[in-house]
Amino acid sequence: MSQFAVEATDIVRTFHDGSFRALDKVSLRVPTGEVFGLLGPNGSGKTTMVRILSTVLSMSEGSATVAGFDVRRQPELVRANIGLAGQFAAVDDNLTGFENLRMVGLLNHIDKPVAVKRSNELLDQFGLSDAANRLAKTYSGGMRRRLDLAAALVASPPILFLDEPTTGLDPQSRQDLWGIIESLVEGGTTVLLTTQYLEEADRLAKQLVVLDHGKIIAEGTSSELKSRLGNTVLSIAFATTSDAERALNLIATISSKPANVEGTVIELTVNDGPAAAADALRRIDAAAIELTGLQLREPSLDDVFLNLTGHKAEEPRPVTAPKKGRRATRRSQS
Amino acid sequence: MTIAPSRPTTNTHQASLRWTISDTLTIARRNLLALFRIPTAIVFAMIQPVMFVLLFRYVFGGAIAIIGASYVNYLIPGILVQTTIFGSIGTAIGLAEDLQRGLIERFKALPMARMAVLGGRTLADTLRNVMVVVIITFVGMAVGFRPQGSLVAYLQACLLMLVFAYCLSWGFAFVGLAAPNSETAQAMAFPIIFPLTFASNIFVQVSGMPGWLQPFARNQPVSQVAEAVRGLMLGQPHQHSTWIALAWSIGLVAVLAPLAVSRYRKAA
Repeated sequence: MSQFAVEATDIVRTFHDGSFRALDKVSLRVPTGEVFGLLGPNGSGKTTMVRILSTVLSMSEGSATVAGFDVRRQPELVRANIGLAGQFAAVDDNLTGFENLRMVGLLNHIDKPVAVKRSNELLDQFGLSDAANRLAKTYSGGMRRRLDLAAALVASPPILFLDEPTTGLDPQSRQDLWGIIESLVEGGTTVLLTTQYLEEADRLAKQLVVLDHGKIIAEGTSSELKSRLGNTVLSIAFATTSDAERALNLIATISSKPANVEGTVIELTVNDGPAAAADALRRIDAAAIELTGLQLREPSLDDVFLNLTGHKAEEPRPVTAPKKGRRATRRSQS
Repeated sequence: MTIAPSRPTTNTHQASLRWTISDTLTIARRNLLALFRIPTAIVFAMIQPVMFVLLFRYVFGGAIAIIGASYVNYLIPGILVQTTIFGSIGTAIGLAEDLQRGLIERFKALPMARMAVLGGRTLADTLRNVMVVVIITFVGMAVGFRPQGSLVAYLQACLLMLVFAYCLSWGFAFVGLAAPNSETAQAMAFPIIFPLTFASNIFVQVSGMPGWLQPFARNQPVSQVAEAVRGLMLGQPHQHSTWIALAWSIGLVAVLAPLAVSRYRKAA
């Protein structure tokens, strides 16, 4: 395989006869053997990108290769080299965990004995051995995600697409899944991961792109992005909005980034959290303004967007790609 | 724990007949397993047709006069045709569920034969129809149905209705893939199935219907299939309607299968 497991150039995808551009000239290059993060809020185009690269959805314009094969012209060779685990664990509720994996193995054209052996190995590795012969409909959310990921791995694909693998999972299940993904990459797998969580992208991905409304608004390594964003958010709460306004004039200069003011709370993105907090406290104290709370925290996706775009990560637009409604129904059922 | 990936695969299984058959059977097996694991699916597929037999044999039957045959002999071939066609609703619901659950998306990202998801679904639904035909045949005999034709003719009749139902089910595969969820798929399928099966000669003779309805009821494909099946099972003339039923089957599948396949390509 070449240096890049996935190369996409100027991908455009429109819906509703061109009236909605889910992806607008998105280009990315995923180095072989690394985790590459696609970060963005709901409706930013992450899932559409993964669907196009995994040949499930056609692109309107642009070109892409996966494992060196052209996504448009050689889709069957692309499919033979990828595993896809989607946002809503696509497991068959009416099959057992084992039957789910064996079916996907057979459909990957693996010989039956090998598919059976591989299914059992994966169930074992993912802590699902005890539940192997239970119907998937009896599985918990975390177990379903692990089974879904195992299904993507039955054929040992060199490239893995993971679309929001941990959305909706409890912290322990999220940690478990992160561990699995890290061990996959140690074994040489290339992973393209989409996520809404900065923490997840930071922990797993070497390189990142940030998507907003179908466009790339930032890219680089996670540390590059972090230094652009500031490492920490200093959040100070006041008793009244007029106190907050007075304090803003005093402390805005602590950060080179614009402050975010919401009611009685001021948020500053800073590089050295403790020093900035001490500085802010001195200035506020000198002016005898009363504060009601002070907090240092990791930047959230909202902070990233505020810094990159000047606006907060928006809610998904009313016009979304078709199929979203279908999935929304599914989510409310589960 | 390390999970080593395989080398990039360069050999393609595209368009291989062997894989198309093997993938279709894998999907069909999965659909049949699900059928036996969902109690409502078994009720829908197996028990409802038996209820129809009992309803028309013992509740409505006494009020329906048929020229030239006992009602139970008229009814059972009709119910068999109706039941095999009702099976198409299962085709629509099954595919809508697969789509809704993201399984179609998973299948589309696999190097499996493109036709296998639809082929496996319609094959599984046909096998279910075979089981239902056997059950209704025995239930029918228990309530007084006495076929008049030969065993070979009876099997030909069963084959004819299964072929017609199979061809028609491609239209309901399209419905299932076009519907936003399985409930809607079912709601979309019923208004198509109902006029086809009830505005027909399945339960009553067309001559008793209002004049404006008779041309449709007499000539629509389901009536032609029921006419042929009845002729074969009761040892009556059937050649004419058999050929028409076969022509309808071929015509329907020629139009509906490409529609369903094209919808599948766009789905997910």
